[in-house]
Amino acid sequence: MPTANPETTRGEASYTPFHPRWYRPHVSVYWWLGEWHYLKFILRELSSVFVAVFVIETLFMLNALRDGPEAYAHFQQCMRNPLLIVLNVVSFFFVVFHTITWFNLAPSAMPVRVGGKRLPDVLVAAPSYVAWVVVSGFVCWVVLR
Amino acid sequence: MAKQSNEAFFWMLFSAGGVVAAMLIPVQLFLFFLAFPLGWLQAPGYDPLLALVRMPLVRIYLFVLCSLPLFHWAHRFRYTLYDGLKVKHLTGLIFVLCYGGAVLGTVIAAYLLWTI
Repeated sequence: MPTANPETTRGEASYTPFHPRWYRPHVSVYWWLGEWHYLKFILRELSSVFVAVFVIETLFMLNALRDGPEAYAHFQQCMRNPLLIVLNVVSFFFVVFHTITWFNLAPSAMPVRVGGKRLPDVLVAAPSYVAWVVVSGFVCWVVLR
Repeated sequence: MAKQSNEAFFWMLFSAGGVVAAMLIPVQLFLFFLAFPLGWLQAPGYDPLLALVRMPLVRIYLFVLCSLPLFHWAHRFRYTLYDGLKVKHLTGLIFVLCYGGAVLGTVIAAYLLWTI
């Protein structure tokens, strides 16, 4: 809102018989529930919470590994708790949602031009997906071999 | 709260954390917190896993995996609180809690990976 000189503002108001109401639209706290685009935005932002949950779980795992075989076995037992499994299923969907939205942002954030023409978004995002598959495969190979 | 000049720095951390999270967290989460607990895949034993985690490159990998995504979280979560819940008046407190949490997680990760 522009900062008007209070003197003139007050002065004008007192001379105007039909003073206009200030334009201050009221936005509800739940503004993001109405439309899919807004909801998708909030869900994307909320995916960061599940990213943090994953890091906390990983820190607990490292702590258990550090404390010895018994602590680690106890940690593994805890992770079989149905509530934690449900949490991790939900987390998994959110982090994959994060991955997809993150990769799909790249063409908008960094449009690639070849020969003066803008490359289709699919072609700009595709290398990220290829890298994702390769990196995931590599992590699986290292952990499972 | 943060000055314009700091904003770029935090955004870089957010962006780097976003890439790390996008690339690595789905597979890490799937293996360690779904496939192994549910018995879909044979989990590595304690000794091989500890030996793997103690490799210098893996320690660095795990440090990056823990730290950068926390800064990604801090950035997104604070704006979600500002805009989603419209609590702009608590900006300073939210900033300290979010980035304080990320720094704390980073310190814990460094300590665990150093002493493991």
